[in-house]
Amino acid sequence: MTERPTFTLKGDTGDWEIVLGLEVHAQVSSNAKLFSGASTQFGAEPNQNVSLVDAAMPGMLPVINKFCVEQAVRTGLGLNAQINKISRFDRKNYFYPDLPQGYQISQFEHPIVGEGVIEVDVEPAHGDPAYSFPVRIERLHLEQDAGKSIHDMDPNATYVDLNRSGVALMEIVSKPDIRTPLEAAAYVKKLKSIVVALGTCDGDMEKGNLRADVNVSVCKPGAYEKFRETNDFGELGTRCEIKNMNSFRFIQAAIEHEARRQIEIIENGGSVDQETRLYDPDKGETRSMRSKEDAHDYRYFPDPDLLPLEIDDAFIEGIRVNLPELPDQKRARFEKDYGLSRYDAGVLTSDAESASFYETVAKGRDPKLAANWVTQELFGYLNKAELELADSPISAVQLGGLIDLISGEVISGKIAKDVFQRMIDGEGDPADIVEKHGLKQVTDTGAIEAIVDEVIAANPEQAAAVKEKPKTMGWFVGQVMKASGGKANPQAVNKILREKLGL
Amino acid sequence: MSELTKLTLTGALEGLENGDFSAVELTQAFVDTIEASNQALNAYVVTTPDQALTMAADSDARRSAGNAGRLEGAPLGIKDLYCTKGVRTTACSNILGEFTPTYESTVTQNLWDEGAVMLGKLNMDEFAMGSSNETSRFGPPSNPWRRGSGNATLTAGGSSGGSATAVAADLCLAATASDTGGSIRQPAAFTGTVGIKPTYGRASRYGMVAFASSLDQAGPIAKTVTDAALLTEIMCSHDAKDSTSLDVETPDWLSHVNKGVKGMKIGVPKEYRVDGMPQEIEDLWQKGIEWLKAMGAEIVDVSLPHTKYALPAYYIVAPAEASSNLARYDGMRYGARVDGENLTGTYEGTRAGGFGAEVQRRLMIGTYVLSSGYYDAYYLRAQKVRTRILQDFETVFADVDALLTPTCPSAAFAYGEKTDDPVQMYLNDIFTVTANLAGLPGISVPAGVDNDGLPLGLQVIGKALDEATCFQVAGAIEEAASFVAKPDKWW
Repeated sequence: MTERPTFTLKGDTGDWEIVLGLEVHAQVSSNAKLFSGASTQFGAEPNQNVSLVDAAMPGMLPVINKFCVEQAVRTGLGLNAQINKISRFDRKNYFYPDLPQGYQISQFEHPIVGEGVIEVDVEPAHGDPAYSFPVRIERLHLEQDAGKSIHDMDPNATYVDLNRSGVALMEIVSKPDIRTPLEAAAYVKKLKSIVVALGTCDGDMEKGNLRADVNVSVCKPGAYEKFRETNDFGELGTRCEIKNMNSFRFIQAAIEHEARRQIEIIENGGSVDQETRLYDPDKGETRSMRSKEDAHDYRYFPDPDLLPLEIDDAFIEGIRVNLPELPDQKRARFEKDYGLSRYDAGVLTSDAESASFYETVAKGRDPKLAANWVTQELFGYLNKAELELADSPISAVQLGGLIDLISGEVISGKIAKDVFQRMIDGEGDPADIVEKHGLKQVTDTGAIEAIVDEVIAANPEQAAAVKEKPKTMGWFVGQVMKASGGKANPQAVNKILREKLGL
Repeated sequence: MSELTKLTLTGALEGLENGDFSAVELTQAFVDTIEASNQALNAYVVTTPDQALTMAADSDARRSAGNAGRLEGAPLGIKDLYCTKGVRTTACSNILGEFTPTYESTVTQNLWDEGAVMLGKLNMDEFAMGSSNETSRFGPPSNPWRRGSGNATLTAGGSSGGSATAVAADLCLAATASDTGGSIRQPAAFTGTVGIKPTYGRASRYGMVAFASSLDQAGPIAKTVTDAALLTEIMCSHDAKDSTSLDVETPDWLSHVNKGVKGMKIGVPKEYRVDGMPQEIEDLWQKGIEWLKAMGAEIVDVSLPHTKYALPAYYIVAPAEASSNLARYDGMRYGARVDGENLTGTYEGTRAGGFGAEVQRRLMIGTYVLSSGYYDAYYLRAQKVRTRILQDFETVFADVDALLTPTCPSAAFAYGEKTDDPVQMYLNDIFTVTANLAGLPGISVPAGVDNDGLPLGLQVIGKALDEATCFQVAGAIEEAASFVAKPDKWW
């Protein structure tokens, strides 16, 4: 695997590096909320999914949703992390109208999942090849989401929708192991692929079901290595937290802007204030949300309405034995069983749909040819067209059919690209397209011989010269293919040309 | 008919069973008495006569159909802390405005399921914070008892002052109450009634307005130990809606009341002999010891060395939890609201206007002790003290079956006597908070009167889940004391 590249930003005083740690909030896929029986259905009318507990009516008490605990443990296992058999819920106290209890139930001191590690794959970019690197997970804890304050419905009032209030979230906290904007996005992508594969979060970033807070700091080259040796955060710069980002593009842009802002402050003799910031994608900048001085004193303490959460080995093992194949396992299998490169295998296993699509295409066919057609042609097209795989105009069965036509020498690879384009244009099954447009490869030697004879006769000078320079035969191949409308079998053309030209 | 209201719960149930009177007749007697007396006593803050008579008529129908529950037709009063569907519930705080729940607390539902009849909601200290019931938004109830030497109005104790007053003045057969630091036992002691706080987790907290979640526990105030045992059996249940509710069977406590104490070992903790305690209370405690000895129990001197830290620890833990539990009263969704210029102004106006002075004091203490930088020194340390107090009890309970102490360091006091100094008021909880901090059952039983003729109570503290022994010892004291004094009716 390729070396991890160093990422630097140029400042007036020299090079700067960045250090990133992420807190990802993933909404637990569950039918009911974390501590109430209310539905989590998206898109309900405002305040329809609200129980007495969610509205914090007097005397109402939280009762843990066991399924959400299972989902957290499942995710912990997917992150190769320590599962804590005893964890505890704490109250994080602050006043806000969309927080009916006046506190959020979270896990502060004793999270349900402890340390873990995942391997993150970075795509080739900026001339750097693909590479992978490990990110250590610090913890995963369960907590409640707040409701939603709507400020733009009325100039003089704020409306509150409590549908989200009490929905279960997993907060996944990384160690500061991420060093570039691209790595940060790749890390979130990897987390997303894991939780989606596990079925513990739908990963829908547009709905905010997966969102990231990024801690950004900058330092001079060498400081980070010292930090890793000593674990002394004093080696690193002061960090700012950019809240609530739900797109890979914004994550990268926000980090870059924030790092440059910090460098500018330091180089102008100032110092970075530890604070929470928001990214404004329209202006392409981050702005202060609240400073450390304004930070709430959350007065964390153990929630006396809930007993410590105890789970046993049988509970954990019951979940472990039913884990689905995870993206990393799938990639290893693709490398081994299909003989694919690590990168191709990684691309194909980044989500369950791609992997399943590929496996349908590859079944009983040349796996490498299948991988090329899926990743290069189809994914290439989808990316350009900004389409999801689910919206692909070509089904896996159809793409398999196209590969069959190539392998069966019914059409050449070149013609196949034509057919592929026609499939995209909605002309239907590849065999029908070939039939309809008469694209079948010409393997009839007689017909090819006739074309070859014509071409040689029309180009006597080249025919004489080719004997001295056999490499120029390629020109004749091109001419013959052109004359055949691309349909002549290239192997047959080669063979007959050689004979006729006396090579 | 007013004689009916003087019946005990058990006696009334017998009369109903025998057909001596109907539930409607019994309920009407209470409705009339309440109407005549409540203005003077201020025990009820909501009366529900129509609902009571409807429930009574339904009860009579069930009884004649042969479907009588264990409390069939028994008119009860409900502390205003319990959410009652369709009946205003404010925990006697202005901040809840005219809040009327759409749901029923588990404890009260258990009572209705056994056929009980609701007479109304009983007065209490605001959010159960107080030892005299003076913090109620509706003003305090008046203790039916008065000193022989004067006409000063006395407190019925707190926070369940309304419950104790109603039971002592025959305004209900028995009442629900709740106990966070002594709020059942102290009012019972002040009014010559019986009150028990069961083991933490025995009764569901679902639908009880929360004060301090790890200490709050439901229990009854009743006229006799037998009545208390019956009511406790029905109030307690495992409830999936309360995560701290214990998944245990509720035993037949009623059968333990008359079993006697022969062969039992009763501990007498020396740390409960505090400076400045009136001699009469000391004497009563000694009398209790003699009674139990005479009935065949062995008395053992024991030590609970961390007792002196209990009160300070309690006044950290309880306000801390309250400061968080009461954050929901923000004027946004229900209850009273005072609009301000902006969000902060609305919060400040609502909470400053809605909470009384004592509640505000405790919310500030609680917020302070949980603050970053102070948490370890106060809250965490108080929790450690709590562990030590529990260990003290576990150590002595390895050797004894129950502990005997006075319930309070004084008899009922007059209004205004302790209100100027909150610490003086807090000291009234000194013998009762330990059971809450350790989660143990404690019962107060009337055992005599002081020189002024005011009732005094003895407390029996039992092992966790051993309410049976508490009822057994309290039953023996009740029998030995043969406490029959009743307040002279002045109201």
